[in-house]
Amino acid sequence: MFDKITYLDNAASTRLDERVLEAMKPYFFDTYAVATSEFGYSMGLDAKEGLMVARESIAKTLGASAEELVFTSGETESSNMAIKGVTAALRKKKGSHIIVSKIEDFPVLNTAKSLERQGFKVDYLNVDNEGSADLEQLGSLITKETALVSIQHANQEIGTLQNIKVIADICSEKDVLLHTDATHTFTRVPLDVQKLPVDLVTISAHTIHGPRGVGALYIREGTPLEKWMDGGYQESNRRAGLENIPAAVGFAKAVELVTPEENTRLAQMRDHTISKALEDIPHVTLNGSRTSRTPQNANITFHYVEGESMTLHLDMRGFAVSTGSACFSRSLEASHVILGIGGNHERAHGSLRFTFGRYNTMEDVDAVLDALKEIIEKLREISPLYVKK
Amino acid sequence: MKFPYTEKVLEHFRNPKNVGKLEDADGKGLEGSPACGDMVAVYLKVNPETTVIDDIKFESYGCASNIATASIITEMAKGKTIAEAKKISWQEATDELGGLPPVKRHCSVLAVEGLRSAIRDYEEKHGLISEQEPTTDEVVRNRLKHVMNPMAGLDIVRTELVTKIEVKDGVVRVVLDLPSSHQFANAIKEDLVEKLEALWDVKEVKVVFTEG
Repeated sequence: MFDKITYLDNAASTRLDERVLEAMKPYFFDTYAVATSEFGYSMGLDAKEGLMVARESIAKTLGASAEELVFTSGETESSNMAIKGVTAALRKKKGSHIIVSKIEDFPVLNTAKSLERQGFKVDYLNVDNEGSADLEQLGSLITKETALVSIQHANQEIGTLQNIKVIADICSEKDVLLHTDATHTFTRVPLDVQKLPVDLVTISAHTIHGPRGVGALYIREGTPLEKWMDGGYQESNRRAGLENIPAAVGFAKAVELVTPEENTRLAQMRDHTISKALEDIPHVTLNGSRTSRTPQNANITFHYVEGESMTLHLDMRGFAVSTGSACFSRSLEASHVILGIGGNHERAHGSLRFTFGRYNTMEDVDAVLDALKEIIEKLREISPLYVKK
Repeated sequence: MKFPYTEKVLEHFRNPKNVGKLEDADGKGLEGSPACGDMVAVYLKVNPETTVIDDIKFESYGCASNIATASIITEMAKGKTIAEAKKISWQEATDELGGLPPVKRHCSVLAVEGLRSAIRDYEEKHGLISEQEPTTDEVVRNRLKHVMNPMAGLDIVRTELVTKIEVKDGVVRVVLDLPSSHQFANAIKEDLVEKLEALWDVKEVKVVFTEG
């Protein structure tokens, strides 16, 4: 049917960059020992060195020191570790109240729900119709009992960037710890922990052409954090389990390969997608903000049609995109993000998320939108919701 | 490439049959809603002498399973009498399609219900139907047989998720053997509430989850 797949779902996973693989290879075949203590054997010392260099280089991009970065298995683990670790450490000292935004990704959202079942009080912060957190409400929700606030840096589905500076200032002024999930902004949108009083930051390699299954948590020095997964004393006794050194090295390489020019190119594809869809196709709504969004994300609702039908038609023509439709999701639930910004089910079901990456081109954008235009005409033709004007 | 659908499903999805609206339809059925994710409209032209379905068309706001099932079921119903068409089951439609993923059963059942409700509409309009029956536990139970348990691809009654049904003064209370935190809890609840609220004398539907 077609000889090439155009992958436009780079928020979910990305194609590994060959240079990342090359950087990882020695740690599979030559330096495959565990990172030993300084009294260990030489291969173990080399492994330890590799891990240290990777840690330093990633920490530097956040303005952090190497000791403040703990490698994890990715976004899910980092966010679990941050929230469960801080709340366990502060439950008695401070209280059992946390605040998260209602459009967080599942690692934060479902960790919050899990704490709620254990007796924590959780407030789910409102967002406006573009997905920006309600800062006034945030200020009013924080009490002496509040152990942690967790608000993402940018949204996974609609790309909305939070005003993290103001959020951090509010939290710091009220003396509450702040965690932010920066999975979809890391290296794409600047985040400097020296300028920003944020205490914990979740990052991951899978969104930047690094290997899957590796991420990290930035933990500001002095942040109370209880170890939540028992085992050995790795990562300065903060995260048990054999260090995934090849992945950590790959992560560092992936970070190094992201350039400001690439981010500009992604933003051009994003802007072209949004303006072309809005111009060429009637009855569409942009989800999220036109300006305050991650460079790689465009999310648009095509009204009167259902998402899975669109993605299947696109798949049959060689395009991979994702949708907020219930029919597409594992839980059969419509996107909580679109509903969270005040959208109805119809808006969620008809939403498509395009996320761009290193291997996409402007031609891909034109091609997917041309295909989509035809598909939508065809599907609207048979939709009982669509009345021809 | 591995699609989760059979070639027959994909064929009907790509080129659905009997698509559109019949302006002077003798019977019309609309099932589902944008809230539940899928919606299907079925239009009938029926020969009053023979009750044979002369023409049938459908519209769908739905996913591939919904479109494909609506397409095949309109093909199957065309030329049959309404009594025969009413008997076309979801299973027969699915078999014609070579099977559907269990999790998609809900979307395809909707197409079958669309046809049945168009036939019911025709029967009501032509005085072929008796009085509306009041909602009882039994009516609720039968209705819940149309709510899918996505874990099994079977309905929530057959898979014993429904542990209790109470009907009192227009308020229906359904107890489910499922914690509210379950992956499918909200999806099942929405579907269930929608099915029961459609009953003519039901004012409120309460769903109780079983925790722990």
